[in-house]
Amino acid sequence: MFTTKSKEKIFIVDAHVHLWDGSTENQKNIHGKQFIDCFYDYHHLSPKEYIWPFEKYQKYTEADFEKDVFGDGYVDVAIFNPQYLGDFYYNGSSNVERNEKFRQKHPDRIIANGWWDPRNGEPGLEQLEKDVEKYKWRGVKLYTAEWKGESKGWKLSDPWAYRYLERSKELGIKNIHVHKGPTITPLNKDAFDVGDVDDAASAFPELNFIVEHVGLPRLSDFTFIAAQEKNVYAGLSVAIALIHSRPRYFTEIISELLFWLGSDRILFGSDYALWVPKWIIDKFIALELPEDVASEIGQQLTLETKRKILGENAARLYNIDIAERSQKLGLTIPTKSKASGERLVAA
Amino acid sequence: MTCTDQIDEVWAALERVTDPEIDESVTKLEFITRVEVEAGSRVRIEFRLPTYWCAPNFAFLMASDMRDAVEELPWVEEVSVQLLDHFSATLINRSVGLKQNFRDAFPGETDGDLSQIRQSFLGKSYQRRQESLMRHALRSGIDASWLVRATLGELKELPLDQEGGSLRNLYVFAWRRIHIGSAEEQLAFTTVDGRPLSLGELKDYLRLVAGVRRTADFNGLICRGLLAARNVNIPGRRENALN
Repeated sequence: MFTTKSKEKIFIVDAHVHLWDGSTENQKNIHGKQFIDCFYDYHHLSPKEYIWPFEKYQKYTEADFEKDVFGDGYVDVAIFNPQYLGDFYYNGSSNVERNEKFRQKHPDRIIANGWWDPRNGEPGLEQLEKDVEKYKWRGVKLYTAEWKGESKGWKLSDPWAYRYLERSKELGIKNIHVHKGPTITPLNKDAFDVGDVDDAASAFPELNFIVEHVGLPRLSDFTFIAAQEKNVYAGLSVAIALIHSRPRYFTEIISELLFWLGSDRILFGSDYALWVPKWIIDKFIALELPEDVASEIGQQLTLETKRKILGENAARLYNIDIAERSQKLGLTIPTKSKASGERLVAA
Repeated sequence: MTCTDQIDEVWAALERVTDPEIDESVTKLEFITRVEVEAGSRVRIEFRLPTYWCAPNFAFLMASDMRDAVEELPWVEEVSVQLLDHFSATLINRSVGLKQNFRDAFPGETDGDLSQIRQSFLGKSYQRRQESLMRHALRSGIDASWLVRATLGELKELPLDQEGGSLRNLYVFAWRRIHIGSAEEQLAFTTVDGRPLSLGELKDYLRLVAGVRRTADFNGLICRGLLAARNVNIPGRRENALN
């Protein structure tokens, strides 16, 4: 829970966190090393005082998580969005068993999403059913750029992906988090394409598609799609980490998202442990749009909007009753944003 | 010509090579880690990208553009371009050396060649440069109604300050690559498909193409941030850079 200077309470849902293991012992090959090295480079977008030593970054503990996310980080509910990367790590980069164990320790504060990979074919579908029965997943994280043997990635519009989406729908998985970062195959197409989200979102209007990292590095392609598909959401992780080194620039990004998607379809995520939530939230609460940016989109980044982005929007997707949950966690019940009807959309 | 002059010439040639997605020079982005000239005519270039996972198609485009740009120097007989620390470095380096196309470099993994992607980024570069120039012109007091009916010839005659002049140079360069074979009497500001713009839609159009510019800027920022982090532990990294 975040308390503003004016004593307003804000309920925080961090919609993108990890407990990863990038340790040398867990690395299967050079790619496992390169992957965590690359993450560590991203980590350097943090303010200096928040940079961890590399060894800690490779594999941090559950206690680190509790302190950084729930303690210092104001977060009331955190959502695991695991990436498996089984070709790079023996036990996966994220491990759903470990996540589940941690969830059981904090049942009111953790939502542990699962994952699937359409390249696992029929056996994978059976596995998905067993997993949902066991873990009660309401959401999954899909990593289309994941390597698997000869394959260097897949698309949401692949026929097998449609079968998995169909089964997800039947099993009650509502929230599809899709990592849309720099994909690497098919080498000459996907790299600039978030078009498969468009196809899948149209084909499955009952599902919510949360595009993690707002389609980075192709933001304009993403906003173009999201403006048309009402079940497409923006996951702010990675983008919001620019708030420290490039605050002016981040205001342009967030204003772009507000203009095209409106304030109800943007979700905060720290991507912990890429970055800790504390400084991001501190800076986001303090952020004001410069006048020229605000006038261009005809709105301000109000406290109301921040409250939606930091918690209410994710709470809606995951059926969290904020008042009830706050009470359960022994917290003051925060003010609720006015129920918004249709959001502002581009004419 | 001394070796230092030759190295300078290579750097100058590389300055014209851009990252297709960010639309900025590979030298400004500090991708080039080393330039060497051997025996007066053999050039070796090394470059590095912000992450081990950067898309191989972009890496391939940049490597082959570097090779082509440097080969244009009259004294150059052989160019070797080496991409470092990338998961597909071996394949890319070999294919660029053999002047293969992208499909040959990754047999069975691509479905077409790179002309389509090149064209797509050319269009984005056009829009981005166009938006910067139009906004600059509007700020300088040029009337919006003039912009939508000006020809390229008239745009070239327009008195502009120094910044405006350099934005215009960049734009005209992209304009000629998009509207190949078009004459100076053609409209200066059209959509990438050549459709004229009406005065009424100009504001919305500018907002739309601003998104393209912001994406590119965004990528540039991330890219520089990552490269800076990646280069922390490379001794002597900066010694060969231009400035």
